Amino acid sequence: MTELVSESSSIVPAVRVETKRQPLPPREQLETVFEIQDLDALYGSKPALKGVSFDVYKNLVTAIIGPSGCGKSTFIRCLNRMNDLVPGFRQHGTIRYHGYDISTRDVDPVAVRRTIGMVFQRPNPFPKSIFDNVAWGLKVLGMKDGLNDRVEKALTQAALWDEVKDRLKTNAMGLSGGQQQRLCIARAIAVEPDVVLMDEPASALDPIATQKIEELMHGLKSEYTFVIVTHNMQQAARVADMTAFFSISRGEEGQRWGELIEYDGTEKIFTAPSDKRTEDYVTGRFG
Amino acid sequence: MAPTVSALDTTETTRRPFSGRRVRFGDTLLRVVAGGAALGAAVLLGLIAYKLVQGAHLALSTFGLGFLTHNIWDPVHLHFAAGAFLFGTVVTSVGALILATPLALGIALFLSELAPSWLRGPVSALVETLAAIPSVVIGLWGIIVLVPLMHDHVDPALHSVLGWIPLFGTSTSGNNYFTAIVVLTIMITPIIASLSRELFLGVPRELKEAALGLGTTRWEMVRGVVLPYARGGVAAAMILGVGRALGEAIAVSQVVGNGTFIGANLFQGGDTMGSKIATEFLNAVPPMEPSALIYLGLILLVLSIAVNLMAQLVVRRASRRLRG
Amino acid sequence: MSATELSVFGRPNDRLRRRRRVNRVIELIAWLAAAVGVALLGVLVGYVALRGASQLSLGLLTKPQVPYALTSVSQGLANAFVGSLVIVGIATAMALPFGMLIAIYVSEFAPRAIKGFVGLVLDTLAGIPAIVVGIFVYGLLVVGHGQSGLDGSFAYAIIMLPFVARSTIEILALVPSSLREAGLALGAPRWRTTLGVVLPHAIGGILTGAVLAVARVAGETAPLLLTTSIVGQGIAWNPLHAMQTVPVAIYELADSPVPSDHALAWAGAFVLIVFILIVSLTARWLAGRSRRKLTGISR
Repeated sequence: MTELVSESSSIVPAVRVETKRQPLPPREQLETVFEIQDLDALYGSKPALKGVSFDVYKNLVTAIIGPSGCGKSTFIRCLNRMNDLVPGFRQHGTIRYHGYDISTRDVDPVAVRRTIGMVFQRPNPFPKSIFDNVAWGLKVLGMKDGLNDRVEKALTQAALWDEVKDRLKTNAMGLSGGQQQRLCIARAIAVEPDVVLMDEPASALDPIATQKIEELMHGLKSEYTFVIVTHNMQQAARVADMTAFFSISRGEEGQRWGELIEYDGTEKIFTAPSDKRTEDYVTGRFG
Repeated sequence: MAPTVSALDTTETTRRPFSGRRVRFGDTLLRVVAGGAALGAAVLLGLIAYKLVQGAHLALSTFGLGFLTHNIWDPVHLHFAAGAFLFGTVVTSVGALILATPLALGIALFLSELAPSWLRGPVSALVETLAAIPSVVIGLWGIIVLVPLMHDHVDPALHSVLGWIPLFGTSTSGNNYFTAIVVLTIMITPIIASLSRELFLGVPRELKEAALGLGTTRWEMVRGVVLPYARGGVAAAMILGVGRALGEAIAVSQVVGNGTFIGANLFQGGDTMGSKIATEFLNAVPPMEPSALIYLGLILLVLSIAVNLMAQLVVRRASRRLRG
Repeated sequence: MSATELSVFGRPNDRLRRRRRVNRVIELIAWLAAAVGVALLGVLVGYVALRGASQLSLGLLTKPQVPYALTSVSQGLANAFVGSLVIVGIATAMALPFGMLIAIYVSEFAPRAIKGFVGLVLDTLAGIPAIVVGIFVYGLLVVGHGQSGLDGSFAYAIIMLPFVARSTIEILALVPSSLREAGLALGAPRWRTTLGVVLPHAIGGILTGAVLAVARVAGETAPLLLTTSIVGQGIAWNPLHAMQTVPVAIYELADSPVPSDHALAWAGAFVLIVFILIVSLTARWLAGRSRRKLTGISR
C-alpha cells in the first residue's frame, strides 16, 4: 500500500487516499491498446470534444476525470462506437485499436463491441433471471459450450457468485443496486472482451458497493484493460494507473467543448501535475 | 370597554360562508350529477346486456346451448343454430390475426428501430390513416375491386401452388372466407401496429444499450430485449385486434359470400355472426328469426367482453413481471 | 475486413457473417412490411379518389337519391349528407356533456376503486361491436315506434361516449393541480373551481377529443343500419323520422347491380374519407397545440 501524498509532492492535492496500486512499469514494457489521435466529436453542429490525443495501455486501469460537461462520457462511448446510436453524431480523427482504425464508417460496430465491452452508469440488467442475464450474451455470441461454467466464472470474477448462487433463476430486478451493477459487470466480462469501458460505474451506488467494484477492477486488471470515467477524484486516485484529465474550453460564440488537458501516471497527476488547470482541479480549487 | 356592535354587524357575521351551506350544496350537486353520469354509463352497460338477453330470450329458451353447436338456419321451418356463423367468425378473426400480426409487428419494428427520422412521422401517420378508413368503404372496395381480383387471380394461384393443403381448395366465387380474412387483416393491422410501435418505443434505452454493448446485432437486441419486454403489451394488442375482427359486420358482410359452409376450404362462401345480423335483421320475420339473430348478437357481446377482460389481464400480468 | 478482423478481434468470424446476414434479412422484411402497409393505404385511397373524385359535382350535394332509378336519372347524395350531419351533430350533443360529466367525476371526485371500475366500464363499452349497439337501440327505441334519426344519434352517442370520456379524463389529468389549488385557495368552492377554472383551461383538448370521436363514428354503418335505414324519398330534415346517411347509402349502393349506383357509392366514399381525414388531421393538430399549452412540452 502506498500513500498518494509523497514527500516530494509539490502541491497539496485535495485527495489523500490509500491505494493498492503498484508503481507503473517503464513505458517500453507497456503495450498500447488504443491510440487516439486528434479526436473531434460533434452532436449535429455542437462540438463535444476537440483534438483529443493519447494512448491507452494494456492491463492498466485508465481513468478519465474532469468537471461535468467536459465530454468524458462522449469520449468513452467513442471507443466502442456507442455514439453511433445518437442521431446527428459525427466524429473526426482516428481511434486505433491494436493498430486498426475503428472509427471509420466501414467498420462494423457489432464487431467492435464484441471485444470492447461496456458497463453503464446506472445498472441496467435485463428483466430476466440472474443466470439468463449472463447467459444471454454468451448464447447469442455463440459461446454456448460449458455455459454453466462460464456463467459461474463471470459471476465469481464479479464477486457476486456467493451472493446469488442459490437463486440464479430468480429475477435480476430483485437484486440491490450494487448487486445489479456487479451483475452487469459479470454480463460484460462473460463474453471475454479485451477491454472493459466503465462509464461512472459506481456513481449510483453506495460507498460499500463502490468499494467492491473498485476491488474487482484491481483484481481483474491482469485479464482485461479498464477505461473508467469517473467524476469522483478519490476513486481515480484509488484505482487508476493512468489518469486523463479533461476540461471545458470555451469558444468566442459561447460554445463549449471538452479537451484533454493532461495525461500521465495517476500519482503524477495528483501530486505534481504539469498543467495549472489540472492542479486547480485536483486541489479542489474548481470543478 | 366593550365594542359597540350594531344589529347589522351581528347578522353579517352569523351569515358568513363559514357556515357554508350554500357553498357545499354546489359541490354536492356537481358530485351527484357527475357521479350520476358515471353510474349511468354502468347502467347503460347493464341495460345493453339486459336488452340483448331479453331479445334473445325466445331463441334462448327454444334452442338453448345447442344453438352454438348445430349448423342450420332455416327461417321457413324455424330451425336456427349458429354453428356455421360461429365457425365463420372464429375462422375469419383468427385468420386475420395470423396474417395481420407479422405485418403489424414488421411495421412497428420498422417505425421504432429502422426508419430514418424523416420517414418515421409520415409513415406513422399513413398507418394511422389506414385505421381511420370506415369499414363500409373497405367493404365497397372489397366488393368492386378485391372480390374479382381474388376470384380471377389470387385464389387460383394459391390453389395451384398450395392446393395440397385443404385450406386452399377450389374457389367458385371471390366472395369467400379468404376474402373476408384479407379485408379484416387490412382493418386490424393498423391497430396492432400502432399499439406495438408505442410499446417498442417505450423500451428503456438503457436496456437496448446494454444489449448492443455486448456486441449483438440490432435484430438480436430486438429479439432478446425489446420483444420480451413488450411481450405482454403485444399480446394485448393482438387480443384487441381479434376483438375488433370478431365484431366487424359491415365490411365482412359485403365480401364473405353469405353461405353456411363449414369446412377447411377457405375459398368457400360462408358467413359470420355479425355479418348475418347485418344482412338479415331488417328482413327477419318475427318473432323467432329476430330473436335468433339477437341470440347471435348476445354471443358477440359475451365474446367481446371476454376478449376485453383477457387483454386487461394480460397487460396486468406483464407489467408485474417487469417489476420483478 | 475479414483477415484483419480475425487478428485484431481474435475471434472466428463466420458466426459474425451469418449473424449479420440474418440481421439484414430481418431488416428487409421490416422495410417490406412498412411498404405493404403504405401500399395498402395507397391502393384503398387511390381507388376511392380515382373513382369518386370524378363524380364530384354540385348535383352530388344537392340532389337526393332516387332508389331503383335507371341510369338516366340524375341523383346525388344530398339526403345522405343532410342525414349524416344532423345525426352526427345530435349524437355529439348527447355524448359530449355526458362524457365530460363522467370525466369530471372520475378525475375530480372518484375514490381510487371507483376510478378503476368506471375505467373498466368505459373500456368494455368501447369494445362492444357496433352491430350489437345497433341491436340494443333497436330493442330499446325502435321496437313499436319505428326508426328515426334520433335513434341513430343515440346509437352513435353510445359509441362516442367512451372515447369522449377517456380523452377528457386524460386532458383533465394534464391540468396542473396548482391551478386547482389556486382556485380553492381563493375560497372558491370545489364546483366553481372545476367548472370555472379547470374546465375552461382544458376545453381545447376536450373539444379536440370530441372532434376525434366524431371522425371515428362518422363512418360507422352498423349502428345506423337497424335504427335509421328505411327511408323515404327526398331530403329529410326531421330527425324524428328515419334519415338516410352516408355510410348506409354506400352500403346499399355497393350491393346494387346498377353500375351508376356504384359510381354514386364511390362518390359518397370519397366525400366521407375526405371529411374524416380533414377532421382527424385538424383535431390532431389542435391536440398538439393544446397539449403544448397545458404542459409546455412539444410532442
